[in-house]
Amino acid sequence: MRWLVLTLVLLASPALAVQPDEVLDDPRLEERARELSKGLRCLVCRNENIDESNADLARDLRLAVRERLVAGDSDEEVIEYLVNRYGEYVLLQPRANGVNLILWLAGPAMLLGGIGVAAVALRRKPTATQNDAALSPEEQARLNAILKE
Amino acid sequence: MLIELGHFALILAFIMAAVQCVLPMVGAQKGWRGYMAAGEPAATAQFLFLAFSFAVLTWAFVTSDFSVRLVTLNSHTAKPLIYKITGVWGNHEGSMLLWCLVLAFYSALAAWFGGNLSDTLRARVLGVQGAISVAFLGFLIFTSNPFWRLEVPPLNGEDLNPLLQDPGLAFHPPFLYLGYVGLSMAFSFAVAALIEGRVDAAWGRWVRPWTLVAWVFLTIGIALGSWWAYYELGWGGFWFWDPVENASFMPWLIAAALLHSAIVVEKREALKSWTILLAILAFGFSLIGAFIVRSGVLTSVHAFANDPERGVYLLAITGVFMGGALTLYAARAASLEAKGVFSLTSRESALVANNILLAVSAFVVFVGTVWPLVAEMAFDRKLSVGAPFFDAAFTPFMVALAAIMPIGALLPWKRGKLDRVMGQLWGILALSLALGALVWVMQTGGSILAPAGAVLAAWLVLGALVDLKARAGRGDLSARLRRLRYLPRADWGKAVAHAGFGITLFGVAALTAWQVEDIRVAQEGQSFAVGPYEITLVSVEQRQVSNYQTTLARMEVTRNGNPVATLFPEKRFYPVARMPTTEAAIDNGILRDLYLVIGDPQDAGGWAVRTYIKPFANWIWAGAIIMALGGGLSLSDRRHRVAAGAAKAPRAAVPAE
Repeated sequence: MRWLVLTLVLLASPALAVQPDEVLDDPRLEERARELSKGLRCLVCRNENIDESNADLARDLRLAVRERLVAGDSDEEVIEYLVNRYGEYVLLQPRANGVNLILWLAGPAMLLGGIGVAAVALRRKPTATQNDAALSPEEQARLNAILKE
Repeated sequence: MLIELGHFALILAFIMAAVQCVLPMVGAQKGWRGYMAAGEPAATAQFLFLAFSFAVLTWAFVTSDFSVRLVTLNSHTAKPLIYKITGVWGNHEGSMLLWCLVLAFYSALAAWFGGNLSDTLRARVLGVQGAISVAFLGFLIFTSNPFWRLEVPPLNGEDLNPLLQDPGLAFHPPFLYLGYVGLSMAFSFAVAALIEGRVDAAWGRWVRPWTLVAWVFLTIGIALGSWWAYYELGWGGFWFWDPVENASFMPWLIAAALLHSAIVVEKREALKSWTILLAILAFGFSLIGAFIVRSGVLTSVHAFANDPERGVYLLAITGVFMGGALTLYAARAASLEAKGVFSLTSRESALVANNILLAVSAFVVFVGTVWPLVAEMAFDRKLSVGAPFFDAAFTPFMVALAAIMPIGALLPWKRGKLDRVMGQLWGILALSLALGALVWVMQTGGSILAPAGAVLAAWLVLGALVDLKARAGRGDLSARLRRLRYLPRADWGKAVAHAGFGITLFGVAALTAWQVEDIRVAQEGQSFAVGPYEITLVSVEQRQVSNYQTTLARMEVTRNGNPVATLFPEKRFYPVARMPTTEAAIDNGILRDLYLVIGDPQDAGGWAVRTYIKPFANWIWAGAIIMALGGGLSLSDRRHRVAAGAAKAPRAAVPAE
């Protein structure tokens, strides 16, 4: 593992993310390319998008995105092209289909559940003014003394 | 010899932890005072042994004792002294030793200042802390021994990961550990209370300061890490939703929920069972975080010890403590009667809403973090969950939280009237919206992000001021100021922390929306314009500095012909570790950061240069520091000092509230 990392580091030139020679002349296309790049994963990196990554593969992907854009593809077509080649692993924002719905709906469902539980708990008539039997008089006095501070 | 003594001290600490775990627990169950009292000296001894052990390891690093395997792997004679010291925790074994030291430190604090607790509760708290110590010291000694010797010591070491040779990251782990491990105290109190079967206001008052301490340290630790990423990684990102970042963020969110719900337990004796659950979960997320960072099960930019065997051990620790605590919780929680009654519009309800939002947002982060693993194992789909998902799924919760915060802060306990609270707030709401509209008009087009950030930030900061004004009461100015001065520190802490949250929100929104970026090839001596600035690449030189080679550029920045700054962006290469790093040069400002990066020489001559204008970047970390400051203020509240036993004699002073 250590060897692999070292080799990778040696192979990858210590470059910056987007290189000056990659930038497209058309600023509108370039902006779209940047926007798309932020949602695409550098496949050999750890959780980095291709816009930020220094790896050679990320550069290849950036160039591929720009090539497709110059060829006149829409954003969706570019993404489709990359997903067909590299699988959905390349997408940093997983598609909301199939089992991924669990991922997308987990938050809203949990929120509704939380509100529901809280609402029920708030409506329930609490058995109030019942003295805590476990508290001895001595302890109650001590508690009072502490709370008074 | 010294190394072996350190190793031996580690084993003695392990034995002390076992004593601290067993004797007080048995004593509390049987009512044997002697056994219960044994927990305190055991905790003190454990801490002292670990402190000695840690000092020995530090000594080995400082003197570059390459007969110790860990030093060889992580140090080098040419490394500056400060990074020899911080290198102690810049690796798995050493950081685990630090983790255990902090754990023992908290145990010792509970032993030293636990005078106000009932004997059985204190004994049980120490017992649970001892159990956690036993688990982690066992992990350290049996799988990750830092004192391992090499038979043939090499002449020099392999150097510390260059990315870690940086002040921001050097002190990031200790703060994080003080936070992570601090949550073990909340956990121990929760489990002890479940064993006792009793949770009362005094319990809430005890748990809150520990949670606050942990939360404050976590806030600082996370802010340091984010700040480091901003200046070190070379493109000025401040948060990546990386699994390891999430690992620290989840406990932070849960701790934030816990320190709010503990107020309800303390003031109103309600939400007891929920608070106990949060206390268990907060430490649970710390354990999960340790597992994520150290097992390598989730790929991440900075997982630094990928070892399946260690992963299994950590998973077992997490499973045993969470499983045990949650089982105990299931058995006992029903017996925790709530005393306080409150209506739907009340401070309590607002804090419940706060808790739901924070807990659910932590849950969203958790699901997003583990989803790639689940999807691959259970559904055979290899996918990524990255920043775009978290931005979309997490942000709404923070917006909702910010929206209700000033209202909740003003609502009275038990029963409130919404129109009365809003009566105090309409003015600042209108003002905040006006500010948002102004921002919207001033930025030509663009996203709704920055205006929304401005509205929320103004709403939170002004809301905190309205809160303070309301607490100051009526009367002439001097009377108000006097009341303000004698306001409990917890009230000040609340206002300050809430305002800090607003400032961070604004920084994040403004930086994301308004960043300007320029990438180009520049020749030496060439000038170019970025935004209102004129930037000149004056010269580039290459030379050798202590343990690295550097490519150092000199760049001058002017605005309308007036000099703004001279900056020296740098690219380093560490030959021993064979790693390049970028050192961006940043001109910090209140309204904007100028962020310059020097890249590679180009084939056709010239250098790749990146320039960023990052508006309001520093507000992100300033807000975090203000939040931490608010936590500190709250912590210094008199009632905690009193409850924490710092002043034992009850005084006949004026009641604080």
